[in-house]
Amino acid sequence: MAKRKTKKNEVKKKDKETKKEKKVATPKKDKKMLLEEKILKILDKHKKSLPYSIVEDIVNIAMEKKLENKLEKLVLAAIEEYENNCIEPAEACGIVAAQSIGEPGTQMTMRTFHYAGVAEINVTLGLPRLIEIVDARSVPSTPMMNIYLEGAYRVDPDLAEKVANNIEMTKLIDISDMEIDLTNLTITIKPNEKMMKRKDIKIEEILDHIKKIRKIKGELQDDGTIKITLDEPGYKNLLNASEALKNLKIKGIDGIERVIIRKEPNEGYVIYSEGSNFEEVLKVEGVDPYRTTTNDIQSVYRTLGIEAARNMIITEAYNTLMEQGLNVDLRHIMLVADIMTTDGTVRAIGRHGVSGEKTSVLSRAAFEITVNHLLRAGVRGEVDTLKGVAENIIVGQPVNLGTGSVKLVMSVPNFKKK
Amino acid sequence: MITKKIGRIEFTLLSPKEIREMSATKVITADTYDDDGFPINMGLMDTHLGVIEPGLRCKTCGLRAGKDGCPGHFGHIDLAMPVVHVGFVKYIRNCLRATCRECGRILLSDERLEFYKKEIERFEKEGRSIAPLVKDIVKECENVSKCPRCKRENGKIDLDKPTTFRENGKKLTPSEIREWLEKIPDEDLKFLNINPKVARPEWMVLTVLPVPPVTVRPSVTLESGERSEDDLTHKLVDVIRINQRLQENRDAGAPQLIVEDLWELLQYHVTTYLDNQTSGIPPARHRSGRPLKTLAQRLKGKEGRFRSNLSGKRVNFSARTVISPDPNLSINEVGVPIEVARELTVPVRVTPYNIEWLREMIKRGPNPKPPEGVKYIPGVNYIIRDPKTLKQRRIKITEKNAADVAERLEVGMIVERQLMDGDIVLFNRQPSLHRMSMMAHKVRVLPYKTFRLNLSVCPPYNADFDGDEMNLHVVQSEEARAEAEILMKVQEHILSPRFGGPIIGGIHDHISGCFLLTYKDKKFPIQEATHILSAINYRGKLPNIIEENGKKYILGKDIFSVLLPKDLSIEYKAKSCFNCEVCTAPNCPHDAYVIIEKGVLKKGVIDEKGIGAFKGLILDKIIREHGVDYGREFIDKVTKLGITAINICGFTVGIDDEDIPPEARRQIEEGLEKAKKKINSLIKAYNKGELEALPGRSLEETLEMEIMRVTGRARDMAGEIASRYLGLDNSAVIMAKSGARGSMLNLSQMSGCVGQQAVRGERINRGYRGRTLPHFKKGDLGAEAKGFVSSSYKKGLTPTEYFFHSMGGREGLVDTAVRTSRSGYMQRRLINALEDIKIEEDCTVRDPEGNVIQFVYGEDGVDPAKSIAGKPIYIDKIIEKVESS
Repeated sequence: MAKRKTKKNEVKKKDKETKKEKKVATPKKDKKMLLEEKILKILDKHKKSLPYSIVEDIVNIAMEKKLENKLEKLVLAAIEEYENNCIEPAEACGIVAAQSIGEPGTQMTMRTFHYAGVAEINVTLGLPRLIEIVDARSVPSTPMMNIYLEGAYRVDPDLAEKVANNIEMTKLIDISDMEIDLTNLTITIKPNEKMMKRKDIKIEEILDHIKKIRKIKGELQDDGTIKITLDEPGYKNLLNASEALKNLKIKGIDGIERVIIRKEPNEGYVIYSEGSNFEEVLKVEGVDPYRTTTNDIQSVYRTLGIEAARNMIITEAYNTLMEQGLNVDLRHIMLVADIMTTDGTVRAIGRHGVSGEKTSVLSRAAFEITVNHLLRAGVRGEVDTLKGVAENIIVGQPVNLGTGSVKLVMSVPNFKKK
Repeated sequence: MITKKIGRIEFTLLSPKEIREMSATKVITADTYDDDGFPINMGLMDTHLGVIEPGLRCKTCGLRAGKDGCPGHFGHIDLAMPVVHVGFVKYIRNCLRATCRECGRILLSDERLEFYKKEIERFEKEGRSIAPLVKDIVKECENVSKCPRCKRENGKIDLDKPTTFRENGKKLTPSEIREWLEKIPDEDLKFLNINPKVARPEWMVLTVLPVPPVTVRPSVTLESGERSEDDLTHKLVDVIRINQRLQENRDAGAPQLIVEDLWELLQYHVTTYLDNQTSGIPPARHRSGRPLKTLAQRLKGKEGRFRSNLSGKRVNFSARTVISPDPNLSINEVGVPIEVARELTVPVRVTPYNIEWLREMIKRGPNPKPPEGVKYIPGVNYIIRDPKTLKQRRIKITEKNAADVAERLEVGMIVERQLMDGDIVLFNRQPSLHRMSMMAHKVRVLPYKTFRLNLSVCPPYNADFDGDEMNLHVVQSEEARAEAEILMKVQEHILSPRFGGPIIGGIHDHISGCFLLTYKDKKFPIQEATHILSAINYRGKLPNIIEENGKKYILGKDIFSVLLPKDLSIEYKAKSCFNCEVCTAPNCPHDAYVIIEKGVLKKGVIDEKGIGAFKGLILDKIIREHGVDYGREFIDKVTKLGITAINICGFTVGIDDEDIPPEARRQIEEGLEKAKKKINSLIKAYNKGELEALPGRSLEETLEMEIMRVTGRARDMAGEIASRYLGLDNSAVIMAKSGARGSMLNLSQMSGCVGQQAVRGERINRGYRGRTLPHFKKGDLGAEAKGFVSSSYKKGLTPTEYFFHSMGGREGLVDTAVRTSRSGYMQRRLINALEDIKIEEDCTVRDPEGNVIQFVYGEDGVDPAKSIAGKPIYIDKIIEKVESS
């Protein structure tokens, strides 16, 4: 925890520093700040407020169209327009959001694998990915990471390669050939010099790792091979040992199966990885922990906290939809992400998450596992207060949303019969 | 109006005492009816339990059967020996594991109990479920062998699914369990997640079984006069029969073994009566072998009570029929067949102001003959004389009594008038995936038997006319009508809340028509131009007339401009933009840069991006600046204009449209030949091991990827060559370029080359061992052997190509089928999770418990439907406003 906090503080400091630097450097930015302050003053004067994105827009457009002297008019017009465009109370924004995300689902592709960005890496996209996101799956079906590098690692291919070697999981079988001698019950490992050099692994390291396996001994022979002898000779043990050796991790991080280094314009070297291990990768030297991303939502939640997980859900869901050419307003996705994360944990949309934790018995019973919910309600003496939508429909009453939430009644004078 | 409101619903367990108290009669005989067909007293169909035959009176409440009569009453069966309720087995197990058999207390020391008590309080305060705590308690108790209070050695409790409990391997009878559970004091129950105020654990072992009223399990009389009983009745007969035998045997002092067997049989019947899908026991079956539908099955699942009858309800005043297009209707109208209009009614309250009008209408009867020149006039089907009581007061109007009833019409009655033009109805097409799937339309009563709708409303409903059916609902109250008109009318939904853009707009021929009308400087002879303008009822001045060779012409662009509001200015790149490297903007050679100035189309062609559904920029701007009603009119007119234009220009696609000159054919063939050679050389390199593997890929994968790339490029090349010879004189090209329908890819497949067929994103590699079809050699990796179709649709596919093409096609079909179910379920979950969320008066987003989900909706409080493609404000509009001031 403590470590994380300090890291976060560092980010803030850095951000501030860079901002300050930029301010001094460009007078244009300065002018923007001035305009911004002016707008804020106008807003104060009229006791109104505007979202920052609008303020920014006004600043930009005012500078572009040279309307600085009409700023107040501009701001007032913006306020009017903004207030017109605000969402109205009692709007069933939840249902609209659910529909807006669900409806395009029918138009999405089902193909699990698609080549995205980096042609060499398979990523789950389309509907399966979207379902994965709302399910809050603990591990995505195709985990991957975009690992950005910092400082010199960005520009120097050798350094980038080094980072990549530290990240990619290398097994013994990847860098050597194995021979099993059944007569003497020994295994001979012949390291592949070329591969080892490429992966930057020394023979001592291999020996160190072999030492960690119990019940076998490894000895370096003169010809550069390693001879493995068993403590308790036997065919079964030999087989077990060879399996253990094959999968022996020599270097890298668990879960990272493959890495690809690519040079991106305006960025330098970036590492793309198949498999994800967010926690560990962030610790690797040379990795820029502020920009590195993964598609594993749960690991982001574990390492960076619930706010990060929320943002992650939003970006992942949005990108998934956009990639399919489906335009969905960000606000709908935000609402889904917020529902999933309001209680401080990442909850799935479905019976094991949000829907299962609803207070209303009837609503839960109407969704899934009907009988169990009813029985439990009986034992615990639960009370349904009929505040939600499903309950009121079941009971046959108007729903507490939209026009149904207005409690205004007009009395009509009675017509007298002729 | 609601007179009574249900405030809340409490759930409790029924105690044996309660069951007996609410019981109207004890049920002891397994028979239902006697020989004369009358219900047997104290039988399952006892008239104390309510009645189902019309005319009979219930012996408990004295009311008749029917809608407002006797609701039915419960009876009870006294069980000879107690049995376990399957639904509560889990709770019973927890109770037994966590408590002492001797003293009934929880097997934990006072300190531990105090600790857990505090934990429970903390959890409840935080609003969390205490289920995990109970799990911990039970686990901890399981490890306690000796009761800390009475020092009894408690054994290990095992549960033999579904209903048998054992202590240290010794079977516990339900009586023993019940005795044990009775001992547990109320204070200890909350540690087991049982609320002692409403439930006692011993009630989970049944001693008396409630018998549901006959209204719940009505028997059906078949045509042969034979009675067919409900599944529940069948099951209850079993229960009573075994119960009786058990009692007799026990009382007669039969051997223990026989009694126990019968007891277990009773347990089986009660278990299946409650849930016939309990795992571990065979489901009880009907004589025919069909499993019985007992209590749990009635509630559960999609066809269960909850989802099928409570969450969704059947309604009156609705109609369903096939839909068909009618471009002459406005987008907010719906054509209703006369037959439907005669059946559906609108209630009208008689007032001094409308009494004469209604009287006239009643006099006409239910099937009035319209006057000359009119196709339909509404009649009246019913009148309700005393609206307050509603009962028995509904008078059906017939030809005979019409005049009579009309005379007696009084103020305050309700007349159920037939549908007429201008009524507001709701129109819906399933699946109702978004709110635009149900919109309010105005009725136009028309002859023939289909619902008619404007083509522009097809996208929101996702409707086509290949046999689609749609539903229509007539709203019945003034409030509902007002809401429908204000909130649900079609024009209110032109802008979708999904992305803040128009979802209703021109489609297909509308776009082609406008394209033809406005492309470059297309001009129309004045007669044709006036014909087009007359289609939209244009009454203003004629646009600029150009004279050429003594003939008068009007520019298509000028005709289109007639529709535009005078203050509209917009500039954008059209759909047909070629994305040239150097954009010459206003002087675009393809006329793809649209400039509209003060309501005049100066440059550019109108296509999908201007007026199309989902994309129409002109449409979007008009609605934002002039409101939805103006927008509706614009869509109506623009579509009519498009259709008239396409009618005049003529538009047809035939097989010879896909003809390309022989030299093009030759070029394509050469290109394909080259591609095949390239593939062969790749394969050769692979076989020799000279192929360089891509990083992180095996050689095979690399080869496949390379070949896929080559075949993809080959198809593109063929399409490119083909499209060079297909110009805008080709109707199919016009459709593709304007975005009306189809794409250039479709065209290139028709005239160039169909391209690589794929299954699961790979070239086809299934079929026989080592090859796809016996036409090829084993291990052949070449283009043809793996599903490359080098023919065009026009030319026709070879047999092998045809086969591969079907494989690709089949995958697509399967994909769609799987996708609909998967995305449907995802949407159901999303809706269920989010349905209760609403914006409160303080603009926060909350759930019904009052928990804040968002402090400001969407971080800026802007309604996505009103947003400008996601942007909170329309900055251009503001600039215009400020600049002009």
